[in-house]
Amino acid sequence: MPEAAAPALEFDAVEVRYGAVPAVRGLSLRIDRGEFVGLIGPNGAGKSTTLLAAMGVVGVSAGEIRLLGRPVRGRAPEDVARAGMALVPEGRHIFANLTVEENLRLGLAARRGRNEVAQDLARIYDLFPAVRESLRRNAGALSGGQQQQLAIARALLARPTVLLLDEPSLGLAPTVVQAVFGVLHEIREQGVTILLVEQRAEVTIRAADRTHVLANGELRLSLTPADAGDTERLAAAYLS
Amino acid sequence: MTDVQAIIDAIALGAVYALVAVGIGLVFGVMRLINFAYGELITAGGFTLWWLRDQPAAVAILACFAVVIALSLAMERVAFRPLRRASPATMLVATFAISFTLQSIYLLIFGPRGNPVSTLSGLQGAVNIGSLHIRWITFVSLGCGAALLLGTAFILDRTNIGLHMRAAATDFRTSRILGVRANRVIAFAFLISGFLAASVSVLLTVEDQLVTPDYGVSITILALIGVVVGGLDRLWSATLGGFAMGFATSLFGDLLPAGSRVYLPSIVFGAVILVLILRPPGLFAPSRRPVERM
Repeated sequence: MPEAAAPALEFDAVEVRYGAVPAVRGLSLRIDRGEFVGLIGPNGAGKSTTLLAAMGVVGVSAGEIRLLGRPVRGRAPEDVARAGMALVPEGRHIFANLTVEENLRLGLAARRGRNEVAQDLARIYDLFPAVRESLRRNAGALSGGQQQQLAIARALLARPTVLLLDEPSLGLAPTVVQAVFGVLHEIREQGVTILLVEQRAEVTIRAADRTHVLANGELRLSLTPADAGDTERLAAAYLS
Repeated sequence: MTDVQAIIDAIALGAVYALVAVGIGLVFGVMRLINFAYGELITAGGFTLWWLRDQPAAVAILACFAVVIALSLAMERVAFRPLRRASPATMLVATFAISFTLQSIYLLIFGPRGNPVSTLSGLQGAVNIGSLHIRWITFVSLGCGAALLLGTAFILDRTNIGLHMRAAATDFRTSRILGVRANRVIAFAFLISGFLAASVSVLLTVEDQLVTPDYGVSITILALIGVVVGGLDRLWSATLGGFAMGFATSLFGDLLPAGSRVYLPSIVFGAVILVLILRPPGLFAPSRRPVERM
């Protein structure tokens, strides 16, 4: 498929195993450019593993993952990052011993050129004023919400085509969660494709164009924002 | 005044040990690997200086840097890169294997008796300042040590590759997710490490001119002990540990009566044991809660 016509991200019958234990089983999922897709499910469903496999951090034992039509399988995480995918990992993983500014500079590692960095920074500072105000501080001194903002800002500086987020609301106060989801909408408005893994099912279903439920490593259900109140189907998918 | 002179000499030797500590610490930072073959890099530099003894000093020194850096990069590419996903124990054994292999190669090529290096023997000359009698090599060691440590700090603090190295030393997986190139960062750590080893070769051959197949082993072991005593987790604490080990070795060696110098290793290692009992994370590392071991 030519790159221009290819979906942003495609999982094709993907299997991931940790030793003998299957974590993701036959996952097929197509995410078009500019889409905002949610992935929810119980603990241990394989959501984070799906993101790590897409990023090249864990190996795929069968199937294929394609970024803009090009296979990701067997590529190192840094190559996947340079090809246009960025991951905001679970637990944020900011570098606590580095300053906020240095954390942001690390976001530039995946960029081929340094053109328009100033414009991107200005856009990011508009989205995350707290980041701009803390540039000289050690990142470890930021609050949980600010660290999450920094982790997203750092990923955006790579100018990704596809942004993967692993539970960005984890450990955040409800008002901060609202702010994070607001920012995700703004990012999507800028044309970035988003795959969001979340535990907060209802917020995700309402926010995303479509949301898939993953249980025991398999896709069980697909939902749209109109299904946000359908707790019965959701509970059945979680428990299946 | 003899004590002052002993302290100045000790600071100079401490600076050389600190360079070894930084060389070991940089590689440990990005690979979590203690490279016991580091001493063989220093030895390679010494033999290169001897090999080119009839050439101008500048040529011999440049060749020394080229050989040691090339050997350091070759070690990473040929031996450590294929083993990067292996267990720490496997990697550690590999460094011993490389160390013994290189020592055996040196033995075959250069023989066991040692080869005298006189590339910068002029630096053995001294200058009198009051009652102090300070050799030029002391000034050169101090100057080079300070310049190289500041240069390394500059690279780590002010350049992109330095930032990538610091990030990789903290969390390699996240660094790679962000696009930091693992191979480049590790190779660069080995490059700087090799550069520092070559510098140590040049400085050390002025002090200790007879280059033997195990020439770099003793300074590496002592600096490594210094690194552990200082605190392996942070480069600055490892550097201070290396410096302290060089300083203590030189100072005790100077101050002890001639008949008691045989006890020098016992005194130094006794102090090391004491430090590790009292401060397990290291003398200069931040305190941590003790880990209970069964």
